[in-house]
Amino acid sequence: MSQSGEKGKFPDATGYVGFANLPNQVHRKSVKKGFEFTLMVVGESGLGKSTLINSLFLTDLYPERYIPGAAEKIERTVQIEASTVEIEERGVKLRLTVVDTPGYGDAINSQDCFKTIIEYIDNQFERYLHDESGLNRRHIVDNRVHCCFYFISPFGHGLKPLDVEFMKAIHSKVNIVPVIAKADTLTLRERDRLKRRILDEIAEHGIRIYQLPDADSDEDEEFKEQTRVLKASIPFAVIGSNQLIEVKGKKIRGRLYPWGVVEVENPEHNDFLKLRTMLVTHMQDLQEVTQDLHYENFRSERLKTGSSRAVDEDEVDKDQILLQKEAELRRMQQMIAQMQAQMKMKSDE
Amino acid sequence: MREEPAGELETNPLSPMEDGEEKERGIMGQEDVSNCQPGQPAHMDSQDAITETGENGVEVDTEMGEKGKEKGMEEGELKKEIEMELEAEVKVELCQSVPGLQMSFIRGTDLFGYVGIEAVLDQMRRKTMKAGLEFNIMVVGQSGLGKSTLVNTLFKSKVSRKSCTSNYEEKISKTVKLHSVSHVIEEKGVRMKLTVIDTPGFGDQINNENCWEPIVKHVNEQYEKYLREELHINRKRRIPDSRVHCCIYFLPPTGHRLRQIDVEFMKRLGKIVSIVPVIAKADTLTIEERQEFKERIRQDLAANGIRVYPQKEYDEDPEESVVNNRIRESIPFAVVGTDKEHQVNGHKVLGRKTKWGIIEVENVAHCEFAYLRDLLIRSHLQDLKDVTHNIHYETYRVRRLNESNVSFSELGLSPWPLENGTADKGDSESHL
Repeated sequence: MSQSGEKGKFPDATGYVGFANLPNQVHRKSVKKGFEFTLMVVGESGLGKSTLINSLFLTDLYPERYIPGAAEKIERTVQIEASTVEIEERGVKLRLTVVDTPGYGDAINSQDCFKTIIEYIDNQFERYLHDESGLNRRHIVDNRVHCCFYFISPFGHGLKPLDVEFMKAIHSKVNIVPVIAKADTLTLRERDRLKRRILDEIAEHGIRIYQLPDADSDEDEEFKEQTRVLKASIPFAVIGSNQLIEVKGKKIRGRLYPWGVVEVENPEHNDFLKLRTMLVTHMQDLQEVTQDLHYENFRSERLKTGSSRAVDEDEVDKDQILLQKEAELRRMQQMIAQMQAQMKMKSDE
Repeated sequence: MREEPAGELETNPLSPMEDGEEKERGIMGQEDVSNCQPGQPAHMDSQDAITETGENGVEVDTEMGEKGKEKGMEEGELKKEIEMELEAEVKVELCQSVPGLQMSFIRGTDLFGYVGIEAVLDQMRRKTMKAGLEFNIMVVGQSGLGKSTLVNTLFKSKVSRKSCTSNYEEKISKTVKLHSVSHVIEEKGVRMKLTVIDTPGFGDQINNENCWEPIVKHVNEQYEKYLREELHINRKRRIPDSRVHCCIYFLPPTGHRLRQIDVEFMKRLGKIVSIVPVIAKADTLTIEERQEFKERIRQDLAANGIRVYPQKEYDEDPEESVVNNRIRESIPFAVVGTDKEHQVNGHKVLGRKTKWGIIEVENVAHCEFAYLRDLLIRSHLQDLKDVTHNIHYETYRVRRLNESNVSFSELGLSPWPLENGTADKGDSESHL
């Protein structure tokens, strides 16, 4: 029972079917097809979101930054800006879409600033649902948000009320990865304290952030250790930089201060490498969770409300008909009363 | 000349001014007819010219008496170093600044013997030391920007309870509550009653509309309190001064521009109190980022018509302008605060220790904390108080008295409230 065209590779040993080759086929197909990933970045302005994205993917996603003045900012509400970039590494193509949310948290009154964002996420789900339910399902474009980096300010004492409200509103729709921005403003002790406070507050408010899956028992020790370390470092305290600094003869990404150089890719300085590792090794998992958990949630909610809306409409119609009938009755009664009155008058004459 | 409440020194910036500059001023003053400054108290050879005006000088002395008191301090300082060459240029001139009023410059040796005007310096100093100073400082900014730490660092003592101690329950308060703490700090015999007014809850909510209102109310309430004390018929000898002399506004180091809330707050409060904006936690900005940020902030401040301390309009003389211009070019100061000490090169420094280096708070190459401290304490402390009293308080007072012009009884005042000498020029004329 030998299979397909792989004859040359594997000997015709007894008992060997050959579907152990399947992962390779999947791999090749995926590589050919390429990966799609949508990452959303949310946080107040000035926390280094754009710099971090550029550092993460070693690209210049935001080449010309125009920073609007305070007067202009008053007019703007939260906007959604999606930029797509195709990155290729060793033959593997990644189509990365970064969704930025400028204006978040900038206004004096930030009550409505996350409505726009939630609407965007829902719209992406809606579009996918629509495509999925359509007749031609060959080229479904997956624009759903797979992961959301939420930038927490390192200047506070933990989560701000806005942070809590926002995360509570979207934790059922998207994978949240909290990130402490501009971590070079914290000493080691302050960083640990802040991380602990954030985790406490997240637990206290029942916010569900993205949980890294535990390594399977059959993975090697190194991978297990890496996963353990990653899990222990959430939320990641990161620093981003677009500048190359020369340190000990090497050019590295970092920030040059009068008191020293902060190296972006130095694990002792910050968790940037950990964040990148997590993103890269768990990209597939993030997509899966989006598909299996968040999208399914959305879909069931939508289909439920979709059907109940039909029922409501019937009821509404019935009510309306009733009302109309009652109104008619009343009118008729009035007419009758009028006619009776007239007749009475005539008879009186 | 307004009556100074006891214990307040006039602006006496010893460090930034060198004696040389003062000497020049003395000389300039002589030749500058309109400026009427006393000449140097050099040990001059008595010249005939001087003895001629001697008698004249005696009469004039009484008129000069008051002015002399003002300038007495400078003469005391000038005593230190006098160069002989300057003596030759010095001459007695009659100054004709006020028509009909003849004044001459009297030097210490012209008078028959040593009068001792300069001893007034010691008297003032002693009075200040006995009475002590009052200074009220308000810190405004979002939670976590290091306000308490900075105040502690500024005054090198734990005047502000830090909100990140282990047993502190961090609950972001729903409204802005003002929180006042007073301490008496003593240094070399000079006592200062420092009051720090904290504003927790500012800018922390989701909806921060009108979060500045409690602060505006508080500032105006202090002015009102002082006004009422001042208008009493029997006034206290020293009116307790709880007016806010300085408001430090903390800007988060975003690196971009002023936020809307910053603009709104500073627009409103810049009119009633002296605001000193600072960039908090500035160890997150590189030097270029810091410069660009500051430049953008200054543009935003100018574009919105926000006046921060030191205001250009209140510069009294050219060299104050020079000093203040230098300050204005570098506001807002980028500061880092800490109360921890570390060893650097063998001596202890205040600093923050990180894996990539130690940020020294008092090192001007690292951050501008030293400039802020010099501005607030070493050079402009008295000026801040003066600006608050002479400008902000007076503005408030004029507004209030004009409002209640119709019925004095509202204020509980008698129809002749201003007899005590603090009369508004307009009012006193009407009484005349």
